[in-house]
Amino acid sequence: MSFVEYSEIIQEGDVVIIFLGHESMMPIKVQSGAQTQTRYGVIRHSSDLIGQRFGSKVTCSKGGWVYVLHPTPELWTVNLPHRTQILYTTDIANITLMLELKPGSVVCESGTGSGSLSHSILRTIAPTGHLHTVEFHAQRAEKAMQEFKEHKVSHLVTVRNQDVCKDGFGITGIADAVFLDIPSPWEAITHAKSAMKRKGGRLCSFSPCIEQVQRTCEALLDHGFEEICTLEVLLRVHDVRAVNLPLPDFGPEEGSDDRQAEVPNTGNTSVICRTAIPPREMAGHTGYLTFATKPRD
Amino acid sequence: MAECENDSDVESRISYRDYVVLKRGDVFKSVQVENKKKVVFEKQWFFLDNAVGQLFGTRFEIEAGGSLKLKAAKHSGDSLDSKEAGQDNRHIVDDGSSQKLTRDDIETLKEQGLKGQEIVQQLIDNSTTFKGKTEFAQEKYIKKKKKKYESDISILKPSTRLLAMMYHGREPGKICHLRYDTLAQILTLGNIHAGSKILVFETCAGLVLGSVMERMGGFGSVIQMYPGGGPTRAGMESFGFPSHFHETLHEFPLCKVNALLAGTLDLSEKDADSEVSGSGNGQSESTQETSAVSEKNSEPQSMEVSIDPQEEMRRVERERLREKKAQEKKVKMEEKRKKLASAAALLEGRNADGLVIASRFHPCPVLMCLLKFIAPSRPFVVYCQYREPLIECYTKLREQGGAISLRLTDSWLRHYQVLPNRTHPVLLMSGGGGYLLSGTTVAADAAKARNQHKSEEPVAKRLKLDEISSA
Repeated sequence: MSFVEYSEIIQEGDVVIIFLGHESMMPIKVQSGAQTQTRYGVIRHSSDLIGQRFGSKVTCSKGGWVYVLHPTPELWTVNLPHRTQILYTTDIANITLMLELKPGSVVCESGTGSGSLSHSILRTIAPTGHLHTVEFHAQRAEKAMQEFKEHKVSHLVTVRNQDVCKDGFGITGIADAVFLDIPSPWEAITHAKSAMKRKGGRLCSFSPCIEQVQRTCEALLDHGFEEICTLEVLLRVHDVRAVNLPLPDFGPEEGSDDRQAEVPNTGNTSVICRTAIPPREMAGHTGYLTFATKPRD
Repeated sequence: MAECENDSDVESRISYRDYVVLKRGDVFKSVQVENKKKVVFEKQWFFLDNAVGQLFGTRFEIEAGGSLKLKAAKHSGDSLDSKEAGQDNRHIVDDGSSQKLTRDDIETLKEQGLKGQEIVQQLIDNSTTFKGKTEFAQEKYIKKKKKKYESDISILKPSTRLLAMMYHGREPGKICHLRYDTLAQILTLGNIHAGSKILVFETCAGLVLGSVMERMGGFGSVIQMYPGGGPTRAGMESFGFPSHFHETLHEFPLCKVNALLAGTLDLSEKDADSEVSGSGNGQSESTQETSAVSEKNSEPQSMEVSIDPQEEMRRVERERLREKKAQEKKVKMEEKRKKLASAAALLEGRNADGLVIASRFHPCPVLMCLLKFIAPSRPFVVYCQYREPLIECYTKLREQGGAISLRLTDSWLRHYQVLPNRTHPVLLMSGGGGYLLSGTTVAADAAKARNQHKSEEPVAKRLKLDEISSA
């Protein structure tokens, strides 16, 4: 198992995702002899997990069952332990596309936060790219390093514990793309520019507040960035339902024969409609995404 | 300055046969750089020859005659002076007479060879209301005129981002109205990455296929399932992938899927024959030739004289050509057969790592069929321009099982204008970008009976002794 490569069989040391039911999952680290409690009972790693195929059904001690899934950055995003507010798949997908990330890309990111975007970037740039991620909080930086190691991706990433606004990314002239999710991104634009390749690159800044966006766009313009574009994207989920719509009774129709009027047609008192409805509430805002291109020096 | 990217600079230069993306403002067009070929873009025509050898990302001016010229220095955006400005528009009357230059005047200026920036300055100087506009209005006016009269184009290296935006802006019908943010979701939800084996079924001109290939980086394999005679790849070619990427691309016709699933797919030469549409033509060609030869042969016979040496030479020549053509055809069919066999071999294991469907076909049968080739615990994503067919897919999957985390979603996208004191969402917004159904495959069979028994016995005892739950 690795977050950047699929495998078929669960092994000791793997991180797997246990699927318990609708919108209910949990990550566990597979260890020989270990056990995991779930609401359906106990999962015994040695017999139930190790050697089994990813995607299998696992019956727990109380008789209920769960599925064991291969980890992906998307599954990780909804299951990871939050140390900060994280980026979700919808934004991550657009960032990946607009930054033109692909295998071999060299990317700079700050702040690392809880590593949600980091895992997604690593998956996309593997096996030949590299991620330079900067986190100014010492414990978070440490935790991120640990997780990357556990997830077998540490060869693709370098974590630096420093302040990107003061000290930059620790490298210059090698990045294809830079991502900023920090309180004052306009203070990091100079460093972002110098981290990028001479031939140019793409930049993205994520900010929840419009004032931050305004200051960032101004800084980007001042530094000669082009194609400056700000957008926001939201996911709308459609809950598929079969709904029962009762049909009203208008009384017997004029001019129809008595026979028809008397017999109640039970088969037509309601109709089942297959449709999808929006949830009561939805995420209305995550942040504004500002993209720009650094032209050739 | 020491650069660690000297080799990449070769890649950074435009060459003949390269696929590039032309850009003017927010308008894009994908073209191939060819010798002395006229290109039409944004109401202008020009030749790309002068771009060869230049770096990607370069800006060009279009000169009279259609040749490209490097844009001189980097111009600062607001070099046009506007010292005087009004406070609001209470006195500005829009009667259409504020611009003193006529259309003909402007044409004359163009013919005189005035640069776009100079024309814009002329328009400002000849506008009676310009000085009365607010600063914001002046900026907006200048921006608008620049967009119209400055004809700079940039030549860029193709990428999913540029091509997806281009197709969505120019020919959305060709890509089933797939908006670029929806495509972004497809690629991420599908966990498309290097080294995996992905099945793609699309009728989006090859854009989806190309974007999947870009994310695979030439590692792993992509199997394109196709509905009719042959796979559409035009959009994929526009990405300009290096040749080794094409080796990871396979194709397999849908009409043979049932045979493959049943294990009755015939990969012998006979089958490849019927698959090749040109075989019929080939046959008639050779029969035509044979009849022509026999006709010619009949001539000397009717003359009843010994064979003319020149005629003999011609006959031998025709014979040789016919054999050569038959040989070429044989080689082609063998190639086709090999390709079919290699695609079948990749599919047979039923262990593909992902499935992407984006087509004008009803997604339900396609999905239910192609899921059979996907390994358990792998993502699949289905795009449809409309919602109802995906509701059907969702319902069917729920009934059948074998898939979890089913989600029917669509993406809401809004652009913003960000300017000091003028920040607001852009006036026009995309109404819709299509719908996605995504999910994860799981093993269809029930849990192993063996494990069930095993976990029943020692459980009670062991629970007390060691309850190491790991997180």
